[in-house]
Amino acid sequence: MGALFEKLCEDIRFVEGLKACMNCGTCTAICPAAEFYNYQPRMLVDILQTHDEEKIEALLKSDTIWYCGECMSCVTRCPRNNAPGLLITALRSLSQEMGYFVESEKGRQQLAIKRTVGHWILEYGYCLHPSQITPGNHPEQGPVWDWEFHHLEGVMERLGANYKKAGPGVLRAIPKAALDEIKKIFDETGATDRFEKIEAFSKKKAAEMGMKLDDGLENEYITHIYKANTKDHSAGQ
Amino acid sequence: MKIEGKRRIWDDYQKEIAGDNYFYVRSCVRQNFFPGAEKTFLRYMAELGKNVFENPSHTTCTGIGYHSDIVPFKTAMTMVARQFALMTEAGYENFVTSCITSFGLYTEILDTWSHFPEQEEQTREHLKKATGREFVKPKNLAHASDVTYKFRKDITHRGKYRLVNKDTGLPLKVVEHIGCHYSRMFPSKGVGGAEYPYVLVGMVEEWGGEVIDYPERRHCCGFGFRQYLIQANRGYSIAASKKKFESMKSYKPDMILTNCPGCPMFLDRWQYAISEMEGITYGDAGQGIPVMTYEELAGLILGYDPWDLGFQVHQVPVEPLLDKIGIPYDPEKKFLDINGNAMGKPKSPSYLKFY
Repeated sequence: MGALFEKLCEDIRFVEGLKACMNCGTCTAICPAAEFYNYQPRMLVDILQTHDEEKIEALLKSDTIWYCGECMSCVTRCPRNNAPGLLITALRSLSQEMGYFVESEKGRQQLAIKRTVGHWILEYGYCLHPSQITPGNHPEQGPVWDWEFHHLEGVMERLGANYKKAGPGVLRAIPKAALDEIKKIFDETGATDRFEKIEAFSKKKAAEMGMKLDDGLENEYITHIYKANTKDHSAGQ
Repeated sequence: MKIEGKRRIWDDYQKEIAGDNYFYVRSCVRQNFFPGAEKTFLRYMAELGKNVFENPSHTTCTGIGYHSDIVPFKTAMTMVARQFALMTEAGYENFVTSCITSFGLYTEILDTWSHFPEQEEQTREHLKKATGREFVKPKNLAHASDVTYKFRKDITHRGKYRLVNKDTGLPLKVVEHIGCHYSRMFPSKGVGGAEYPYVLVGMVEEWGGEVIDYPERRHCCGFGFRQYLIQANRGYSIAASKKKFESMKSYKPDMILTNCPGCPMFLDRWQYAISEMEGITYGDAGQGIPVMTYEELAGLILGYDPWDLGFQVHQVPVEPLLDKIGIPYDPEKKFLDINGNAMGKPKSPSYLKFY
């Protein structure tokens, strides 16, 4: 057994998710990602079953593992109790651990998620915060969100929220002590380490690509990974 | 629709839902986009005489971070353990979550701990070292839609309205959409299982409506975590929602009912985006199909003011549905603040009829 496969087997989600696949294709037939992207969960399991290190390394460096939406529809339907959606979570973890994620366009997007959702968790105690969901980055949210965004405090108060205030309720200010606990948990359980790896590998890649990357969100590399599709990722290719 | 077989399946998946004394944790997405829904849940639970406790120190479970793969599983397990510790410290045993992603994550973690007890032990050590806290696992884990389902008949008895067209007397046609992480990984943890979940169907039938059984009923709304969070990936998200709209449109649904935080937002906003991109609307005469959460619907049944429920922050107007049921509303008050002062109004979309 090779080093990468061994590392994958250290992840309980991988152990839980990989049984003997008979290639029936049920997972692929019902997969929302397979309909949209050049992606087949059946092929993913097929490659992993080979234990072939070269193929697994190529997979970890590919766009393929970043196409899944983790809806877990495949888990419900597999007649052999495989869970391609769980395997994806293990593959993505290892790809980030090894720094392979920066070798694919979709993988490189992890830095933008880390600097938004990751930052908001530590800053606000929420995965999302309305003050950060700007209409400019979210035109699909439409004119009602644009109006709400510009009247957040008034709208939140009208709807009974406790926006940015102490005590219970919708969008309350999470107490400082609770935010400190989140940070300690992140330090203790590997999230801080993962964040640092995403940053370090991304900075190296940005330099390699000749793109500017500072510590914020308004720079060439972040804009590129957030907005660009430089190749055809679609199912029809 | 022949439902005998489905009823047998539903009988196999009747989960236990606690009857009172809940420790409540909120949803990141819902607090942002549907703040009135959680407020409404607490309102009708209080009116039903139920005790629901919230500790302001509870936080995100990190579910969106976990499913966009920036947060490791060990971290997510410890964050969830911290929520359980807050419940334990407050003296509660019944854990209720507002979020489906959270509900799925809590379910996954409890299942993991049952198969890999060493993972639970390690999580306890992590939590103790990071926060000094300890926890007892919940005696009962439920989603807030499970709890609402449990009390659906009580809501009927207190209610003022039914899901019936006031002019024709016919049941309104309802698309029900279940969040993927409600029961896809662990069918026995959801009312009705994964293929024929009954949690929303039960509410619709109880409140007088008729559920539409359309081909793409079980297709994901298209959130896909990273597939929406990153702008370059949003084609995935809107394509999934469009597939559902195209599949349901010939059944002429009066509304879409959801139990997941993301689904109502996407099914609402993508109708707007599709209308702007292609000039297509899915309701009658340029209208959209109103989308709402089960709390908002329960609030309508109970006769709460639509603007107290938060329908003014939906992009697809609900007024056509209110008119069909005969629920009164004051259009002049739609966009006012809590003191009745004007806050301006959103612009009208290019195609989607706006009120």
